[in-house]
Amino acid sequence: MLVKATRDSSVVAWRNLVTIRRNPDLLFGAVVNPIVFVLLFAYVFAGSLGGEGYRHFLVAGIFVQTVAFNSAFTTLGLTNDLTKGLIDRFRSLPMSRIAVMLGRTTSDLVVSAVTLVIMTGAGLVVGWRIQGSVTGAVLGYGLLLLFAFAMSWIGAWIGLLCRTVEVAQSAGLIWLFPVSFIASVFVSAQTLPGPLRAFAEWNPVSAVSDATRSLFGNPVQPPGIAPATGWVAEHAGLYAVLSSLAIVAVFMPLALARYRRVASR
Amino acid sequence: MRAEALRKTYGTTRALDGVDLEIPAGTVLGLLGPNGAGKTTTVRVLTTLLRPDSGRAWVAGHDVLAEPDAVRRSIGLSGQYAAVDGHLTGYENLYLVGRLYGMSRADARSRSRALLDRFRLAADGDRPAKGYSGGMRRRLDLAGALIAEPAVVVLDEPTTGLDPRGRQETWDVISELVTDGATVLLTTQYLEEADRLADTIAVIDAGRVIARGSADELKAQIGGERLELVVADTAQLAVARAVLAEVGAAEPAVDEHLRRVSVAVDAGPKALIEVLRRFDALGEGEVAVLDIALHRPTLDDVFLTLTGHPAEERTDERTGDRTDGRAGDRAGGGGPAGPGAAR
Repeated sequence: MLVKATRDSSVVAWRNLVTIRRNPDLLFGAVVNPIVFVLLFAYVFAGSLGGEGYRHFLVAGIFVQTVAFNSAFTTLGLTNDLTKGLIDRFRSLPMSRIAVMLGRTTSDLVVSAVTLVIMTGAGLVVGWRIQGSVTGAVLGYGLLLLFAFAMSWIGAWIGLLCRTVEVAQSAGLIWLFPVSFIASVFVSAQTLPGPLRAFAEWNPVSAVSDATRSLFGNPVQPPGIAPATGWVAEHAGLYAVLSSLAIVAVFMPLALARYRRVASR
Repeated sequence: MRAEALRKTYGTTRALDGVDLEIPAGTVLGLLGPNGAGKTTTVRVLTTLLRPDSGRAWVAGHDVLAEPDAVRRSIGLSGQYAAVDGHLTGYENLYLVGRLYGMSRADARSRSRALLDRFRLAADGDRPAKGYSGGMRRRLDLAGALIAEPAVVVLDEPTTGLDPRGRQETWDVISELVTDGATVLLTTQYLEEADRLADTIAVIDAGRVIARGSADELKAQIGGERLELVVADTAQLAVARAVLAEVGAAEPAVDEHLRRVSVAVDAGPKALIEVLRRFDALGEGEVAVLDIALHRPTLDDVFLTLTGHPAEERTDERTGDRTDGRAGDRAGGGGPAGPGAAR
């Protein structure tokens, strides 16, 4: 069962990666957008938000935002397969039921890894540095990939709910704006007003950002902001891992249930 | 392959209203009907893609509801739209499906190449499939359905949307498949296609099987060919109708708008000569015949005879937006709601 799921998923992931390689424009958004964000925020915002120190704070946040946004690829990829009748074919095959989604989230994890490499380059260009240990850096990237994988499952579920690629294009992105902006990605959660602050504090995006900053040895707050308090802030790493696992635990079964009964047209 | 009293309702639409089918091993059943009749819904139930509201079905001895995985191992499905990944090459598409059937890498490789050869795609096998013609995509899709040598092959409207050449090529491939002894369920809107490829034909309308039998039996039931004539003036329709009523095997149908009278005839050419003789006897000027022709029965004729209404399209089923695919209905001269496009 598990062997079959792994085997079938890797076949599907292979197919997705071949598709992406043949059609590199798919990657354009995944690569160019984050570079633009890094440059824009590092040079436009850094001046008023604390210069060099803000850049050290900013880059890990943009990493998190970018891998979160990559879940839109999962949405688009699955809706695309659905509207082209490929999901029907897959569902008529004696393959593992989870493989179409697990293959997709796996291939999108590869996309996120490539994106992170490019973003790291962009970060180094604007003066960001990993200021901690090698182990911390490895754990930091590991946490980013775990979070990317988790967000991809939300994207998978949305993708199977969409009936057209046009819907998927907006539905796959729209929820990501509040989720990634009401968080400690660009600013400190501490500076947000009441309810937004509560949302931001418990938002896994904040926890992953803060935990990655710690692991990279980067400042967890922008310059001049006092350290955050509260359970989440004090256990950012643990909460980041647990919330990622919780997202997978919720959205994997939801996506699977949807896949079992989805009608292509 | 067997289906018993399959029912499926979408909202207020009865997509399937008690469908019974039986396909003995090694034979081909043509499921014939217009869009929205329930063909695709039936296929989706039999291929485990859709759960019926009630009813049971078995494929290769396995219960569709209780043992879906065993069913999936026994079937090859080629859907109404070629499910081909355009970014993958023809070979990669087949290899992908082969691997997902559980074949080893080596088996999937050799079988993919063999099928590309057999389906005359070998020369284009290493090109991305998005550059393929409609006929090539269909053949590739069909090859995918056959890669694991399934006991049962399900072909949902394999030629809908193809040009005449693509249709001919696809027919050739299906004919070969049939001679190989596979059990095949074929859905189609074209009587000619069912006639050519199927051992038995089941006619489906509004979610029910309304007739079944061999092509010859069905044709006998609908009176074989139709004789159609068009007159110059509406006033002449009554006379023309009277003549056709005497020669024809059933009541003639009159279309005032098109100034056309048509009737089912038993022995086509004989009836045609007889009609011409009678018009000749009526004398010059009585009836000016603009056009007269014999038509082989079309799906519309079948429906007209079996249900008393033309083959109407119901757009509420999920078979979607097919109008483009019907242009090549070469068997037709167009019945009352005819697919038009007699060549």
